[in-house]
Amino acid sequence: MTAMTEREAATAMTRRKLGPSLRGYFQDWLPRLVLAPSFLLVLVFVYGFNLWTLFLSFTNSKAFPTTNLIGFTNYVRLWNWTFETDPPSNWYTALVNMGLFGGLYIFFCLFLGLLLAILLDQKIRGEGILRPIYLYPLALSFIVTGTAWKLFLDPRIGLENALHDWGWTSFHFDWVVDPKMMIYCVAIAGIWQSSGFVMAMFLAGLRGVDGEILKAAQIDGASTYQTYRRIVIPIIRPVFFSALIVLAHMAIKSYDLVLSVTGKNPGGAAELPSTFMYSYTFTRNQMAIGSASAVIMLMTIAAIMVPYIYSETREQNR
Amino acid sequence: MSAADLVTSAPSRRRPGHSRTTRIVIYGLLFLFALVYLVPLLVMVMTSLKPLDEVTGGNMFALPRHLTFAPWSMAWGEARIGVSDTRGISGYFFNSVKMVVPAVLISTLLGALNGYVLTKWSFPGHKLVFGMMLFACFIPFQSVIIPMAVILGMLGRIGVNLADLTGWSFGLGNATVNLVIVHVIYGLGFTTLFFRNYYAAFPSELVKAAMIDGASFFQIFRRILLPNSTPIIIVTVIYQFTNIWNDFLFGSTFAAGDTAPMTVALNNLVNTSTGVVEYNVNMAAAIIAAAPTLLVYVIAGRYFVRGLMAGAVKG
Repeated sequence: MTAMTEREAATAMTRRKLGPSLRGYFQDWLPRLVLAPSFLLVLVFVYGFNLWTLFLSFTNSKAFPTTNLIGFTNYVRLWNWTFETDPPSNWYTALVNMGLFGGLYIFFCLFLGLLLAILLDQKIRGEGILRPIYLYPLALSFIVTGTAWKLFLDPRIGLENALHDWGWTSFHFDWVVDPKMMIYCVAIAGIWQSSGFVMAMFLAGLRGVDGEILKAAQIDGASTYQTYRRIVIPIIRPVFFSALIVLAHMAIKSYDLVLSVTGKNPGGAAELPSTFMYSYTFTRNQMAIGSASAVIMLMTIAAIMVPYIYSETREQNR
Repeated sequence: MSAADLVTSAPSRRRPGHSRTTRIVIYGLLFLFALVYLVPLLVMVMTSLKPLDEVTGGNMFALPRHLTFAPWSMAWGEARIGVSDTRGISGYFFNSVKMVVPAVLISTLLGALNGYVLTKWSFPGHKLVFGMMLFACFIPFQSVIIPMAVILGMLGRIGVNLADLTGWSFGLGNATVNLVIVHVIYGLGFTTLFFRNYYAAFPSELVKAAMIDGASFFQIFRRILLPNSTPIIIVTVIYQFTNIWNDFLFGSTFAAGDTAPMTVALNNLVNTSTGVVEYNVNMAAAIIAAAPTLLVYVIAGRYFVRGLMAGAVKG
């Protein structure tokens, strides 16, 4: 409301100074003209392009985009692939892996993030040293993270070899070269990369809790565990929600982590919808199928993000 | 933003009366996790300082017996990237620098102007405009990548024609320019979000007073808003720098061969080595690829966290 009156005030001012001249009108429209290029770019390159991809998903595009509409054929094919388990289709593998990776990634990031935040919240000496240690992996790209974990998990020179060297010869850990277990390695690297950030989010939430309430709980004789379980965690529930949104969104978009941890996803064992989309579009010349899978990814993210953005902007309204 | 301030600066004010054993458990767990987060980095550094036979034949946790910087110079100047290039990652490192600097500066400036308009010169429908730009932050890039490839291909052909005609392609079709365009566009949502939230809290009275004094739109921005924007500029620059430097999907799709950015080159180096995997060289290259963002994190960790929180928590 105030912003509107400001603008009107400004308009009145310029009017008085300049009269109803061309320059006055230009001054009126200047703010909108400044914003217009950005908005136009977003309109075309985000909304226009999404519509374009949607259109392509209804065509029979192969290596190049075509305009031959074939209805829902591509979606029907993806739907059928969803249940093709013997041998599993790449799409089936992608969806199963998405569930495994997404579930583990979100759960462990939330769990470790909350655990570390609560531990750090106990008036810890050296918090200033510990906090950045938990958080720094986030500065690394997924390609760097993947490269590091590929070495770490390589049975010939990594963890398995090191433990053999120290005398634990029965230790066996070759997930990163086992097609069935690769996706778990991707999850491990992902959790290592992102859990520190979730910790930071929770810590911010914990530090925002009113100290008076906690003091009251202490006076009432609540133990630390009870205080967190009954009072603190319910208060910081919005943080859970935010972290969940961010993590779900990151999990769906994950692409480079798969490639770097597994060494270009051999045999499609660690396929995710993101890698499926890329390979069908750019290496298998099935652009229409790739577009359809991209649309499904977009719908999934929109289903998560739109209500979130809506509620956030409404809150700011008040 | 205030939440992030709390993470980074506020001292914890609770001192729960834990027993001695509880405190030992707490410190033990914290120390254990610190180890888990640190060990991969330490192993990377140690591996990069060992000769290859020590990497393949030894224990990865062992300190280097014959300390060598050869893997580092290999990675930088001689390592094989892809099929034909044996000039190391140095060229790709500078590709990334050339891409990231203009992309960060342009997207930050546009974000500042957008945030200024959306908060101080808002117009009917500004909420819808902002909401639409906000959603742009969260689209999966897979859903725009095909049209983008088509458009960049068209721009490339226009560039070739322009070069034939005038002797200069105006940068059209240049992979670095393409990536700058892509990163600026898909970074606009975030930079606008940052500045909008920051300027929303900026006292409107100052702006109003300046208007009454007859200051123009740009004068108010330059003389009043910008001088007070240092914190949010730092946050935005760090956020954009990290995101763009670390991007892989756009880089691998829109820049091939010699023009690829650092992340793509690292992935090629690590994944195309035939025969013996030169882990020491790979790790040196990975550390070089991580160095700029790690440096930012070390120098400006406070703002790094703040940027991440602003990008994630605030909607």
